[in-house]
Amino acid sequence: MTKDECKQVVLDIIAEIAPDEDLSDVKGDVALREQLDLDSMDFLDIVMELRKQHSIEVPEADYVQLASLDSCAEYLTPKFNALV
Amino acid sequence: MALSRIVITGVGLTSPNGNTLEEYRRNLLDGKAAISRIDMRYMGQVLAGVCDFEATKYQKRKELRVGTRAGSISIYCAREAIADAGLEVEQLDQKRTGVYVGTTEHGNVETENEVYNISKFDYDTKFWSHHHNPRTVSNNPAGEVSLNLKIHGPAYTIGAACAAGNLGLIQGMQMLQLGEVDFAIAGGVSESTSTFGIFAGFKSQGALADHEDPNKASRPFDLNRNGIVVSEGGALYTLERLEDAQARGAKIYGEIAGYKINSDATDYVLPNPERQAECMRGALAKAGMQPNDIHIVNTHATATPMGDIQECEAVREVFSDCPDTHVNNTKGYIGHAMGAAGALELAGNLPSFEDGLIHPTINVDDLDPKCDLPGLVINEAKQAKRVDAILNNSFGMLGINSALIIKRFSN
Repeated sequence: MTKDECKQVVLDIIAEIAPDEDLSDVKGDVALREQLDLDSMDFLDIVMELRKQHSIEVPEADYVQLASLDSCAEYLTPKFNALV
Repeated sequence: MALSRIVITGVGLTSPNGNTLEEYRRNLLDGKAAISRIDMRYMGQVLAGVCDFEATKYQKRKELRVGTRAGSISIYCAREAIADAGLEVEQLDQKRTGVYVGTTEHGNVETENEVYNISKFDYDTKFWSHHHNPRTVSNNPAGEVSLNLKIHGPAYTIGAACAAGNLGLIQGMQMLQLGEVDFAIAGGVSESTSTFGIFAGFKSQGALADHEDPNKASRPFDLNRNGIVVSEGGALYTLERLEDAQARGAKIYGEIAGYKINSDATDYVLPNPERQAECMRGALAKAGMQPNDIHIVNTHATATPMGDIQECEAVREVFSDCPDTHVNNTKGYIGHAMGAAGALELAGNLPSFEDGLIHPTINVDDLDPKCDLPGLVINEAKQAKRVDAILNNSFGMLGINSALIIKRFSN
């Protein structure tokens, strides 16, 4: 999986949990919470969907890694590739 | 101490056969039921009363995903009631507005969904949703209204089995009379069509209705009735002190004249006609009325073989010599809307103050002689000489009884 593919996985999850948001222009280097109406429960939803849909575990200490699309890709891409 | 007079100034509702009071009333007068066959987890198809209100009218899709059906029904009804009262949400005093929502139960739907969800993951509880607790706390439906409307006053539910709709209204009235709030949003809701447990429980009890024609399944007082059709829905009212309503020139649907809540203390599920009669008499006493002052008695009868007969005994005993008292029932149209039942059924009769029509009890093809009450209106609407007062019965499991009297407003 490439980092761009990983970003798309995250965006697909956000589309499910925040269906009112326009995701057409989400900037990779800006915190997701600064661009979208997401709260802490929504981030828990992202963690849950990664677990359910992709068998990816994100320990609580690593939640900060999900702050932006870029940091998500940095953190999650190796995890996805380790699954294969 | 002279208590303030409390009046109804707005109605918001969703029922299987209508999403506004006008639509609902028209269908009641036209005899149009709206029961459908739905798929129920683990059970196959069951009969149910399902609402089709536009949930996104007042909620974002994310709110719908995070919240509950009961919350969504409550928000829709609350906002519709406020609009019907001729008010904008922004005009409400946030700190002086209270929300009082009667519920039969809450949390079954959400818990069943989560158990089903983790069953797909070998019952590993790490897949259990963090939304479970805010969804299942008892105050959820009222709390969602406070979040949606940004109301800071007291917002909570009143758990009272199927008497809850009346109890929501009574609680709202009392909080206005105590001066705790200046504006109350009160009534009852039900999301029970999404929990298999309610259906399975009634089925095990031998109390779940069945009929090849869904719209004939719920048939209170019919000799061949065979149980309850479970429904969802809601009705919330805006209540105000009379002086406040008059000061702003509000439309007044009616005035809460009296009420009574009591308990059978005899059985978990079987009603007690003696206590039910006491409940109706208590409401009459509080209203300063005699039985013949009541022109409509809306019965609670759910179409169970015994329950209908027992309520009829109680009604017959209280209203034995009342030629101008009419008796009807609403469940033939919409099924049993559980926590919403009392509030929805009252709404169906409120327009009678204006048009003098009594909506009929439908689906009575063969009237049970034990339910042949004087004044019973069946199958066709009836024009009354006048309608000045409605007594609304709502009873529930564990023997909770409620009777609420609304009278035509008059200075």
